[in-house]
Amino acid sequence: MTTAEATSELGAVLSRYDGVRSDLIPILQDVQDELGYLPEEAVATIAEHLNLSKNDVFGVATFFTQFRFNAPGEHCIKVCQGTACHVRGSGLIVDELSRKLGVAPGQTTADRKFSLERVACYGSCALAPVVIIDDKVHGRMDMKKTEKLIEETA
Amino acid sequence: MSFQRIKERAQTEWSEFAGAGRRRVLIGAATCGRAAGALEVMEEFRHQLEEHSLTGEIEIKEIGCNGLCYAEPLVEITSANGERVLYHSVKPKMVAKLVESHLRDGEPVRRRALAVMEGDTLPGVPRFKELPMIAGQVRVVMRNCGVIDPTDINHYIARGGYSGLSRALEMDPEQVIDEIKSSGLRGRGGAGFPTGRKWAFARQSPGDQKYVICNADEGDPGAFMDRSVLEGDPHAVLEGLMISGYAIGAQTGYVYIRAEYPLANERLSIALAQMKEHGLLGSNILGRGFDFEILIKKGAGAFVCGEETALIASIEGKRGMPRSRPPFPAVSGLFGKPTNINNVETLASVSAIMEKGADWFSQYGTENSPGTKTFALAGKIERTGLIEVPMGIPLRAIIEDIGGGVGEGKTFKAVQTGGPSGGCMPASLLDTPVDYEHLAEAGSIMGSGGMVVMDEESCMVDVSRYFLSFTENESCGKCTPCRMGTQHLLNILTDICEGRGRLDDIERLRKISKAVADGSLCGLGHTAPNPVLTTIEYFESEYLAHIKDHACPAGVCRNLTEFTILADTCTGCTACGLACPVDAISGTKKEPHVIDQTICIHCGACRTACKFGSVLVGPRPREGQLVGG
Repeated sequence: MTTAEATSELGAVLSRYDGVRSDLIPILQDVQDELGYLPEEAVATIAEHLNLSKNDVFGVATFFTQFRFNAPGEHCIKVCQGTACHVRGSGLIVDELSRKLGVAPGQTTADRKFSLERVACYGSCALAPVVIIDDKVHGRMDMKKTEKLIEETA
Repeated sequence: MSFQRIKERAQTEWSEFAGAGRRRVLIGAATCGRAAGALEVMEEFRHQLEEHSLTGEIEIKEIGCNGLCYAEPLVEITSANGERVLYHSVKPKMVAKLVESHLRDGEPVRRRALAVMEGDTLPGVPRFKELPMIAGQVRVVMRNCGVIDPTDINHYIARGGYSGLSRALEMDPEQVIDEIKSSGLRGRGGAGFPTGRKWAFARQSPGDQKYVICNADEGDPGAFMDRSVLEGDPHAVLEGLMISGYAIGAQTGYVYIRAEYPLANERLSIALAQMKEHGLLGSNILGRGFDFEILIKKGAGAFVCGEETALIASIEGKRGMPRSRPPFPAVSGLFGKPTNINNVETLASVSAIMEKGADWFSQYGTENSPGTKTFALAGKIERTGLIEVPMGIPLRAIIEDIGGGVGEGKTFKAVQTGGPSGGCMPASLLDTPVDYEHLAEAGSIMGSGGMVVMDEESCMVDVSRYFLSFTENESCGKCTPCRMGTQHLLNILTDICEGRGRLDDIERLRKISKAVADGSLCGLGHTAPNPVLTTIEYFESEYLAHIKDHACPAGVCRNLTEFTILADTCTGCTACGLACPVDAISGTKKEPHVIDQTICIHCGACRTACKFGSVLVGPRPREGQLVGG
């Protein structure tokens, strides 16, 4: 997305809100939906729109795990770290993926193909362990199945 | 339109849908069903119906989760004679057979049938109500889950939905509060405060503007009750929210829901639009002069926002940090106005209580904990899924009868209840009745209802460390004892898991735990030490094995574990070698295999893969220590 496109997307999001403080989190969510992350310039524009300081907006955005401040990779791999997933071995899946992709959780591969993330719980505990690739939840996973899925995605 | 008229229309639509003589396919497509492949199965049904020129005659519908998650994807097929059969573990490649045999020829496929829902019994196939997982259950909150189409308000209305609201609107708000009080309903978010009393406080608080909030920020890892109810029966919750609004005198309600639940969010939006169409939202609802609107607020991922004051701060656009109480939200809550917050399950119970009456509800459960409670069964248990049982039933009945135990050849070690705020209960406490008081006595809590079962391959020190890594990460940082204390607890637990434990660590853990619990403002800090304290109390020997013997008896803590293959029983099936992520296992087919300890990463994949129990767990020889010495 070019800077001009990003600016117009941002404007479109902001025009849907009145500019009261309670709109802050919904605005951050919408902007991240459109741009994939929260670039610093967008945070500045949002702060201005809501008559808040940039610090205030960053303070809120960094508090919540949903918000990203770097552009994500083409595909997002999330490995659930909920209790049920943990006791069924999701820690091994994360470690193994981390080793294979050469990135730590929270990072994106150098070719910008994959981002690896840990999530707290996706609420699909009965099918633990689960891996979420681009918002599709895959249940009853293990290392081999995850590797295969990633090969198919790439 | 009068409610009577709305209901008649809904019943007509429901009987057309559920009536005899209509062939149909219902697919459990909640998030759990989808994770197991329900959408691919549905696509294949569409394709096969087309192939067999049956598309126009047979309806395919998505329904919510009926709780039998272990058997997903689940498909219910109704044949022309009204016979309804539930199939389990349906894969796309089985669909053609189901369509041809059951839908076209009227012959159920017994091999894949889990239960008969309605109609003649099939030899060897139990009735749904007789399934071991279902037999002990009483469904109040889950009354419609997996039964109705959650995107159709008429299904909900036809099965008694909004009757409770209609009845409430004929009563004085005080009478509604009295009814909830006399039902004995207590908050299902975990703390168990009496709902009716909570409402009375908010009702009595002076103010022209008041708010009600549905807390759907289900942040406990290992819990998915709220997600399932919102996906499978959103109106049950929304109706409860409206009743609470009427009772306390609020015109605006919020649903604060996790962003991690996209499907539940979608179902809520659909439900709200349909409520508007039916005149169940807006002004002068059902012609009774009650005005109400509902807004959805998506959470942004912070466990602490399950706490009321943090949740309120987050809706106001601030960092989700709790504040000290009083003033309680009932006096000064959202935007400084009197506010009542209830959990999803509490509200779904409210709508049922107002429909069927307080006495009906309190016939279930115990005197101090009336009604039912949903639990999410997960972990090392045969039948994972969502269940709803009367309060007071023994933990054993849930784990063994309903959940089917830990499975053949495995030994039950503990059940973790209440998520990161709860504790681990050992086998000796399995006869504890499940209610607020008894669980608290055992050092755990009811919590929202997550139950994660562990067997001998789960390390209790690792589990304790897992929960502390969660609470340490989620601590908002406001109170020093919580912010620093959880860090220290985590560091000590990590040391123990990695072989650097010291004998006085156990005492330090106890001391710091007390400081964290006593010195924190909100529930997160108060309860964060529970997993540590209960594992020390019930599984101290495992801590000592890590500290004194440098051994992890469960074979989970990698620094302390070495896996070896027992040549005597290894059949050379090659399963371990295929499972090994680092190719550390070698051996010819039908000959005993060997693990190369210099390559092995101690992940235990080989042990999980081995069907013959030939992969042994032992302590890892320490540097400088001779093997066998």
